[in-house]
Amino acid sequence: MEIDKMDSEHSLIKPKTLNEVRAMIRKHKRKDFIFSSIGLLTIIFALLTLLILFVDLVMDGYPKLNYQFFTDFPSRRAAHAGILSAWVGSSLIMLVTFVTAVPMGVAAGVYLEEYAPKNWFTDIVEINVTNLAGVPSIIYGLLALGLFVYTFHLGQTIVTAGLTLGLLMLPIVIVSTREAIRSIPIAIREAAYAVGATKWQVVLHHVIQYSFGGILTGIIIGMARALGETAPIITVGALTFIAFLPPAPITSVAPFISFEWLQSGFTVLPIQMFSWLSRPEHAFHINAAAAGAVIIMLTLVMNGTAIWLRYRIRKNIKW
Amino acid sequence: MTTTELKDPPISKRLAKNIKRNFIERVIEIILMFAALAATFITLGIVYILITEAAGFFEEVSVIEFLTSKQWSPLFEDAHYGILPLVSGTLTTSLIALSVAIPIGTIAAIYLSEFASHKTRESVKPILELLVGVPTVVFGYFALLFVTPLLQKLNPDLPTFNMLGAGIVMGVMIIPYIASVAEDAMRAVPMNMREGSYAMGATKFQTAIRVVTPAATSGIIAAYILGISRAVGETMVVAIAAGQQPTFTFNPLEGAATITAYIVQVAMGDLPHGSLGYQSIFAAGMVLFILTFIFNILGHMARKRFAERY
Repeated sequence: MEIDKMDSEHSLIKPKTLNEVRAMIRKHKRKDFIFSSIGLLTIIFALLTLLILFVDLVMDGYPKLNYQFFTDFPSRRAAHAGILSAWVGSSLIMLVTFVTAVPMGVAAGVYLEEYAPKNWFTDIVEINVTNLAGVPSIIYGLLALGLFVYTFHLGQTIVTAGLTLGLLMLPIVIVSTREAIRSIPIAIREAAYAVGATKWQVVLHHVIQYSFGGILTGIIIGMARALGETAPIITVGALTFIAFLPPAPITSVAPFISFEWLQSGFTVLPIQMFSWLSRPEHAFHINAAAAGAVIIMLTLVMNGTAIWLRYRIRKNIKW
Repeated sequence: MTTTELKDPPISKRLAKNIKRNFIERVIEIILMFAALAATFITLGIVYILITEAAGFFEEVSVIEFLTSKQWSPLFEDAHYGILPLVSGTLTTSLIALSVAIPIGTIAAIYLSEFASHKTRESVKPILELLVGVPTVVFGYFALLFVTPLLQKLNPDLPTFNMLGAGIVMGVMIIPYIASVAEDAMRAVPMNMREGSYAMGATKFQTAIRVVTPAATSGIIAAYILGISRAVGETMVVAIAAGQQPTFTFNPLEGAATITAYIVQVAMGDLPHGSLGYQSIFAAGMVLFILTFIFNILGHMARKRFAERY
C-alpha cells in the first residue's frame, strides 16, 4: 500500500482505476455520438432547407406551367405572359456559346497538357485560367460591354451575348479537358509513337478519343452555368420585354441558312424571370416562379447528366 | 493480277512527305497555342477595358473622393462619387453569408469526410455538386419572396429589401460549395495519419478535430477564401433582394446596394456610352475585380500549399 501511494505521487500521470478509464471512454464516445448527430442533422437541415425552397418555387409557379406558358410572348397582363421569346433567345445564345467556347477550350486544354513546354509562359497561362474561373460573372459582362458592344460594334445582340457566355465558359472547358487528358496513362501515347504516329495523330486519334467523356462532362456543366447566368447578359443589354422572335436560321429560299438572327435583340430565361421578379404585382411573381422552375429543371437535368456521366466513366476505366 | 509493289518510294519523295507532315504538325501546334493564349487575352481584355473606361471616370473624379466619400449618387443632380457605401453593402452581405456558410459547410465537410458511411457520402456528394450549379437568379427569388417574408414575421419593421435576407440566402447558396471543397481537402489527408491516431486510442471526433482538420487546414482555408470570393462577386441575389439604394451602413436590417447591384441597376437603364454614369460602373467593377483577384490568389496559394504537402 505504501509503495503504491508513493508511486502515484511521484509519477506525472496518475494511474486510473478501471472504472475511471471506462468513464473516460464513455465520455469520449458520447462526444463522438453528439458530433456525429450534429453533423447528420446539419446536412439534413441544409438539404431540407434547399428542398423546401425548391418545392415552394415549383408550387408557386405550378398554375402557370402549361403549354401556353411556353408559346406566349411576354405581356403587360400577367395571365397572358409567357416565355416564348426567352427560351428561343436562350437556345440561340447557347448555340453561339457552344460553337465558340468548345473548340477553343478543348484546343487550349490539349495544348496545355500535351504541347506546352514547362516555362514561365506556360505558368502565366495556367495562372490566368485558374484566376478566370474565379472572376465574378458580372466582370465578364463589363468586358463584353466595353469590348464587343462599343469597340467591335457588335451591338446588343445575340452574337454579343453568346460570345460573352463563351468567354465565361472557356475556363470551365479548359480545366475539365486538362483533367480528363491527365488521367490517360503515358503508355498509350508511347505505344502510338512507337508505331510512327505524329504528335497530332496521337492527340487526335487517342488522347481526345479516350478523354471524350470527361471533356463532355465539363462542356455540359459549362453550358448549364451559361444557361443560368444573368448578370453578364444584363450588362451587355438584354431587353426585358421582347414580343418578337429573331429571324429563323433556316429559310425557304437559297441558301436556306440565314445568319440574320445573330444580329437580333434578345432576352433569355433568367432575365425574363428577373424582370418579372422586379415588378411589384404578385401575379408576375407567379410567372417568375414558373420561369424559375423551368430554369432549375433544365440546369438540374444538365448537371445531373454530367455527374452521372463522370460516375460511369470512373467506373468503366479499364487501364 | 499484278503483284503489290513492295519497294519503297524514292528517298526524295519520302523527304517531301516528311517536310509536309512536319509543317502541318507545326501549324497545328501554333493554332492550339493561340487557343491557350485566349485565356491570357481575356484577362488582358478585362484589365484593359476596366482601366481605359475607369480612366475617363477618374479624370472627372479625384481618387481621394472615390475612396473616402461616404456618398455614392452618380446618377443624381447632386452627384457624389464615394465607393464606400457600395463596399459596405458588399462586405455586410458577404459577412452574413459567410457566418451562415462557414460553420454549416465546415461541419458538413467534417461529417461527410470522417463520420458518414460510404453510402451516405456517395449519395450526398453528387447532390452538393448539383446544388452548386443552381442559377443564382433563382436564389434571388427565395430571398425576396420566401426568406424576407419569414423574417418580417419575426421583425415586422424589416423593409422588403434588406441585407439580412439576401445574405442568409447567399450563405445557403455557398454551403454546398464550401462543404464540397473542404471535404475534398479532408479526404486528401492520408489514411495512415488517421490510423496512427486511432492506434493511440483516439476516438473519431478526436481524430477529426486534432489530426485531420489541422492537416487539411490550408485546403479548408482555400474553401473559405473561394467562398468569400463568390459572396463578394455574387450579383443576382443582392440585386433582387438587398435593395438598390447606396447607403453607408453595416446594419443588416437595412437595405443597401452592393457593388454588383449598382452595376446591374445602371445596366438596366440605358445610359449613353461615354457618360460619367456609364464610366462609373467600370470604376466600381475595377474595385470588385481587385477584391476578388486578391481573394482568388490567396485561395490559389492556400490550395497549392495543401496540394504539395503529401
